Amino acid sequence: MTRISFDRVLAVAVLIPSLVAVGIFVYGFIGWTAYVSLSNWNSFLPDLSFAGLQNYVNLFQTFRFQADLRNTLIFTVVFLVACLAIGFLLAVLLDQRIRGESVFRNIFLFPMAISFIVTGVAWQWLLNPSTGVNLLLERAGLGALRSGWFTDPKIAIYSVVLAATWQLSGFTMAMYLAGLRGIPEELHEAARVDGASEWQLYRHVIIPLLYPVTLSAVIVLGHISLKIFDLVFAMTGSGPAFSTDVPGVFMFETTFRGNRFAEGAGIATIMLLLVAGLIVPYLWYGTRAEAGR
Amino acid sequence: MSGKRHLALLVTATLLALGVAGVTAGAARQLEIFSWWTAGGEADGLNAMFEIFKKRYPGVEIINATVAGGAGTNAKAVLKTRMQGGKPPDSFQVHGGEELTSTWVITGFMEPITSLARAEGWTKVLPKDLLDIVSYKGEMYSVPVNVHRGNVLWYSKKILDQNNLKAPTTWAEFFQVADALKAKGITPLALGDKNKWEAAHLFEDILLSALGADGYRGLWTGKTSWTGSGVKTALENYAKILGYVNADHAAGTWDSATQMLIDGKAAMTIMGDWAAGYFTSKGWKPNVDYGFAPAPGTAGSFVIVTDTFGLPKKAPHRDQALNWLRVAGSKEGQEAFNPLKGSICGRTDCDLNKFDVYLRSSAADFAKNKLVPSEVHGSAAPENFATQFNDIINVFVTQRNVAATQRSLQAACVSAKMCK
Repeated sequence: MTRISFDRVLAVAVLIPSLVAVGIFVYGFIGWTAYVSLSNWNSFLPDLSFAGLQNYVNLFQTFRFQADLRNTLIFTVVFLVACLAIGFLLAVLLDQRIRGESVFRNIFLFPMAISFIVTGVAWQWLLNPSTGVNLLLERAGLGALRSGWFTDPKIAIYSVVLAATWQLSGFTMAMYLAGLRGIPEELHEAARVDGASEWQLYRHVIIPLLYPVTLSAVIVLGHISLKIFDLVFAMTGSGPAFSTDVPGVFMFETTFRGNRFAEGAGIATIMLLLVAGLIVPYLWYGTRAEAGR
Repeated sequence: MSGKRHLALLVTATLLALGVAGVTAGAARQLEIFSWWTAGGEADGLNAMFEIFKKRYPGVEIINATVAGGAGTNAKAVLKTRMQGGKPPDSFQVHGGEELTSTWVITGFMEPITSLARAEGWTKVLPKDLLDIVSYKGEMYSVPVNVHRGNVLWYSKKILDQNNLKAPTTWAEFFQVADALKAKGITPLALGDKNKWEAAHLFEDILLSALGADGYRGLWTGKTSWTGSGVKTALENYAKILGYVNADHAAGTWDSATQMLIDGKAAMTIMGDWAAGYFTSKGWKPNVDYGFAPAPGTAGSFVIVTDTFGLPKKAPHRDQALNWLRVAGSKEGQEAFNPLKGSICGRTDCDLNKFDVYLRSSAADFAKNKLVPSEVHGSAAPENFATQFNDIINVFVTQRNVAATQRSLQAACVSAKMCK
C-alpha cells in the first residue's frame, strides 16, 4: 500500500484554492469572453444567440481595426528594437566603471517608476505642435525639424513609440547591465589574448552570451506593447484617422461606451491570441530547455 | 450552561432585530443621486437643488454619488455596472432621449413618470418637442432639468471688429469671412478633436444646416437616407470647412479650441454653450469680448443637449426618488440649478432675470425655435450608433472621402438597428 505523506497532501491542499481561483477567474473568464465574442450581444441587454465568426469577420473588415493591427505591428517592432538598442548601448556605457555610475543608472531607470498615464500626459504636452518641442526647435534655429508629431497621421504612431521607449529603455538597460556583469572577466581577457578587437569582442562573444537577456526583454516588452492602452489613451486618444489607435483602446470604447459587448469580446480574444503567439513559444522553449537539462 | 446559551441567543437576536430595524429605518430616510457633476458650476448647481430638497423634505440624508470624468464617460460605465447588478441609485443623471431610451427604458430598467408629470403640471410648461425627446411610446421617462444648446457659433469680437467683419449667418458668408481672416494669418475656425466627439459635434450642426430641422430629424427615424444628397452636401461642405481649421486640431480639446479665441489665435469656434461657461471662467464677457450666433445655416433650429433624471425600477428609496424628481422638475429647483450650471431651464416659465445675457438670448430662441435632439450628446441615437458615428467622422476629417463615409454611416445605422 502506498502511503501518501502528509506533506504531499498539505502541498496539494495549499495549491488547490489558487488553482480553483485561477481556473475560474482567469481561464473561466477567458472562455466566457471567447463565448461572448461568438454571440450577438451588441446592445445593452445580453443577447447570447450564436453568431459564429460574424463579429470577427466584421472586425477584420473595419477600417479602425485594420489601422489598429497595423499600428500594433509598427509600435511593437520599433519599440522593441529601440528599447533593446538603447538599453544595450546605455548598459555598455555604464559598464565602463565610471564614477557616479549609480547616479546615472538611477536616472535612466526612474522613468519606469512613473505610470503610463503620467508619461502619456507629459509627452502629449511636449509633442504638442503649437506649444511643445516645436517652439524649442524654432528658438534654437532648427525650425526645419518642426513636425506635426502626433497630429500628423503619417508619423503619429512614432510619437507614441518615443514616449514608450523613453519610459522603458531603462528597464532593458538594467537587464543588460546585469547580464554584462554576469559575463566573467576571463572571457574578455581570453578574447583579447586571441587578438580580437573590441568590436569583435562584442559581436562574437558578449552579444551572443546575452541572448537569454534579450529574449526575456523581448517577452516582457512585447507583451506590454501588444496590450498597450493607458499610454495611448492618455497621450493621443485614437489620433487622426486612427493613426495611433490600438486594439486596447478600441475594445474599451466599443464595449463600455458603445455597448457592443460581442465586438469588444472579439477584440479582446484577438489580443489574447496575439500575446499567446509571443508567450507560448517562449514557454515551450523554456520547458524544453528545462527538460533537456 | 444552557442558561448562558439562552442569554447569548437572546442578545444576538436583539442585536439583529435592532440592526435590521436600524437599517430599514435608515433606509427610509435616504436619497442617493448619481451624476458626473463634480466640479465648478455644475457641482454648485447640484448643491443648490439639494438645499431646496432639504427644505421641502427635511430629515432625509442625501448621498451625492458622483463619478468624475468628462461627459460622464466614467460615470456611465459605473452606472451600467450598478444597474445590471441590481443596485441602482434612487435617480441618476442621464442625457434625455435615446441614451436613456435605448440603454435603460427598452431594457426595462425604468418606471414611467407620466402620472407624476401630469400631477406636477410639467406637461404644460415643458415644450412639446422636449417632452417627445424624453418620452417613449407615449410614456414620459425622465424630467429635463436643464437645456444646453449645441448649434452655437462663438466669435471673438475684437478680431472680427478689427477686420471689419460680421459674424456669418450662412456657410457662404462664413467662407467670405474665413478667406479674409486667412489672408491676415488668423485661424478662422478653432477645433480641438482629440476626443473625436468635437469633430462630430461640428458635423452635426453642418448636417442640420444642409437638411433643415425636419430633414435632420428624419435621419433618426429612417426618413432621411444617410446615402442621400442632403448628407452628401453636408459632407462636401464639411471637407471645405476643414480647410479653414487650425492644423493642430488633433492635439486639442473643445476647451483648448475655445482658449484659442481668448488668446487671439482664432476668430470663431462652433461648440455647445458650455463654451460660455469657459469664457466666463476666464473673465470674458458676452457681447463685450465674445459674441454668439446660431451656427451658420441653423438659425431657427435649436439643437438640444439636455440632462434629465428618471426613476429606476428598483430604486431603494422610491418615495424620496419621487420627491427628488418633484424638486428637479419644479420652477424653484430649475431656477436654482441653471444659472449656476450655465444652461437654461427645461421649463419655459423660469424667471429670466436670474440668467446672463447669453442665456436669456438662448431661452428666447428655445421658446420659438424648432427643437431637435443632439446625436453627439445622446439624445437622437443610441450609444451604439454614437460611438460609430464619432469614429467615422474621425476618419473623414483626415481622409475626406465622401462616398465611403456615407456608406459607413449607413452601415453603422443598420448595425445599431436604427435603419433597415
